[in-house]
Amino acid sequence: MANTPTRLALLAGALALGVGFSTQAADAPAAPALVSGASAGMLAETCAGCHGTDGASVGPASPTLAGMDAAYFTELMQGFRDGKIYSTIMGRIAKGYSDEEFELMAGYFHAKPYVPAKQPFDQALAAKGKKFHDKFCEKCHSEGGAPLTGETKAKEESEAEEEEEGEEGGEEYQILAGQWTPYLVYAMEDFRADRREMPKKMKSKLKDLITKEGENGLTAIYAYYASQQ
Amino acid sequence: MKMNRRDFVRAAGAATAVGLIGVPHLALGAGNKVVVVGGGTAGATVAKYIKRLDPSIEVTVVEPNPVYYTCYFSNEVLSGERTLDSLRVAYDGLKALGITMVQDSAESIDAAKKVVKTGGGKELPYDRCVVAPGVELLFEKIEGHSEASSQTLTHAWKAGEQTKILRGQLEAMADGGTVVITSPPNPYRCPPGPYERASQIAIYLKAHKPKSKIIILDSKSQFSKQGLFIQAWEKFFPGMIEWRPGPDAAVVKVNAKGMTAETSFGDEIKADVLNVIPPQRAGKIAQVAGLADDKGWCPVDAKTFESSLAKGIHVIGDACIAGAMPKSAYSANSQAKVCAGAVVAMLNGKEVGVPSYVNTCYSIAGPEWGISVAGVYKLAADGKIAEVPGAGGLTPMDAPDWAHKREVEYAHSWYKNIIQDSFM
Repeated sequence: MANTPTRLALLAGALALGVGFSTQAADAPAAPALVSGASAGMLAETCAGCHGTDGASVGPASPTLAGMDAAYFTELMQGFRDGKIYSTIMGRIAKGYSDEEFELMAGYFHAKPYVPAKQPFDQALAAKGKKFHDKFCEKCHSEGGAPLTGETKAKEESEAEEEEEGEEGGEEYQILAGQWTPYLVYAMEDFRADRREMPKKMKSKLKDLITKEGENGLTAIYAYYASQQ
Repeated sequence: MKMNRRDFVRAAGAATAVGLIGVPHLALGAGNKVVVVGGGTAGATVAKYIKRLDPSIEVTVVEPNPVYYTCYFSNEVLSGERTLDSLRVAYDGLKALGITMVQDSAESIDAAKKVVKTGGGKELPYDRCVVAPGVELLFEKIEGHSEASSQTLTHAWKAGEQTKILRGQLEAMADGGTVVITSPPNPYRCPPGPYERASQIAIYLKAHKPKSKIIILDSKSQFSKQGLFIQAWEKFFPGMIEWRPGPDAAVVKVNAKGMTAETSFGDEIKADVLNVIPPQRAGKIAQVAGLADDKGWCPVDAKTFESSLAKGIHVIGDACIAGAMPKSAYSANSQAKVCAGAVVAMLNGKEVGVPSYVNTCYSIAGPEWGISVAGVYKLAADGKIAEVPGAGGLTPMDAPDWAHKREVEYAHSWYKNIIQDSFM
C-alpha cells in the first residue's frame, strides 16, 4: 500500500502523540474516538450494581461508598487504577476512568447519606474493641471511625495542621464505623501483606495492638465498627 | 367517622387543592407517561430510575409474572448451594416507589398511536415506551425440540419452574450418569452461563455422584472466561467435565424420549440428563412490534437506547444490540440507567447527557472459587458502544486461592446489591 501524504501526516501525528502501534496496526483502521463528559450522577450510577443505590451497599462484602471523604475516594481509585493498592476487580474497572471522572464520582458519593451496615456482631467483643480503638486508632480515625461532619472535619484539619503530621493527619477520613466487616478484613489483610501501603503511624500502632492483644485485638475492633449501626 | 359519597367528594377536592398549592411542580410535569414492557432486571431498573429522576412521570410496568426469579445465581440452585426461593424477587419495592405494576402480557405496540395493548385487553397509552423483554428461546431451531419437550429437555435459561425440574433430574440421576449441556450459538443471554452451570453441577456430582460425567456440546469454538473455567475444572473436577467445541459439536437434533442429542457431525450422544439451551433472539414482543432486525435482535441508538426501527420506543437489556457489552444482568442494569436519563431528558425537552456504561460479571467456577470479567464502556464517535481500551478484563490466571475466595464474597455482594438497585 502506498503512503499518501495524508497517511504519512497521520502517522507522524500519532508518533508525535506517543501512540504506540506496530506496523500491522498502522494498516488497521483507527478505533473511533470515545465520547467523554458524562455527569457525576451518570458515572456514579454505574457503580450501584456492586456498591448499592447511591453507594449504600447492602453487603455482605462490597464497601459502602456513600458519605465517603471525596479526596480519599479519588486517592483510593487512583491507587486501584495504578496498581498501588491491591484489588480483585476494582483496579480493572478503575482503569476505565480519568482523574476528573473519579473526582465527579467522589463528589456525588460524598453528598449521599451514609447508611451503616446492618450486620451481626458480638456485643462483648465490640465493647472490648471500643477500648482498643480508643487506644490505638482513635487519634487518626476519630469519632470511632465514623464519617466526619463539616465541623468535626474542620476541627480535625486544624489539629492536623498544629501537629504537622503531614502523613495521616485529619485531612481525610476513612469510614470504618458501620462499614461491612469482610471489606475491612480484606483491607487489613492487604495492608499487612504489603499489597497496600500502610502509613508509618498505622504500622506502629498496629504492631502495638497485635503485640499486646494478639489477633483477637483486631477481631474485637472489627466487632466495634460493626456495632455502630 | 362515617363518610357518605358527597363528603368524600368534598374531602377529595380539598385534598387535591391542598396538593396543588403544596406541590405545584407536580401539576406542571404531570401527564408524561412511560410504559415499560417487561419486569426483569432492565425493565425494573429503568422504571425505578425514571421515577427517581422525575417523580412526576407516571411509570407503568407490564409484566405477566407476579414475581421474578433471577436467572443469575440460578446455577447455584443446581449445585444445592442455594434454594430457588432465594432467587425470588417481588415487585413490592417498585410499587412502593409509586410505579404501577400491571400483571399482564404485552401483545402489541402501536408506535403511531403510542399505545401498548395487553393480552388482558388493556390499552396503555404512553409518551415513551421502554421494551425490555429479555430473550425468546428458539426451540424449533433444533430438530425434534419444542417448548413442550422442554419440560423434559430443560433449558433452565429462565429461572423458576425450569430450574426446579433440572435440579430434580440431577437428584434423580444415578451415580455414573451423564449430564449433557448444549451451549447455544452467539449471541445469547449470559455468555459464561453454560460453563458456570457445568461447574455448579460438578460441585453437586463430585459430592454425591462422583462417577458421573458432564459433556458440554458447544456450537462455538471458544467461550467466555474459557481459560479460567478450564483451569478451575482441572483443579476441582479432573476428568469430570468434557467440553466439545464447535462447529462439529453443534446440536442439531434431540430426542426427548431417548434422551439423545445429535451433533452436526452426526454423533449421537446419550444422556441421563439433557439440558438444552436453545439459540435465542430478542423477546417475542420485540419481534411482534417490529423492533428486531433480520437476525432477531434490536438495533438502538446507543446514547438513548431508542429503537432504530420505531420512534418513541426504547429497547434495553438482553434484547438490544449494545455493541461491545455482553448480555448480562449488569449490562441490563447499566443500560437501563442510560436509557432512564435519556427518556427523562427527552420528555422534559432537555438535551440528553453523555452516557457511561459498565459490566461486571461473576461466575462461581468451583468451591470458594470466584472468577470475574468486567468492562467499562463509552459511546464511540461511530455511535457504537465501545470498551474503554486498557480497562476491564478477567481475573488473572495466577490469582491466589484467597483472591478467588474474595471473588465469591464479592459475587454474593454483587447479587444482593444489583437486586436492591434494580428492584427496590
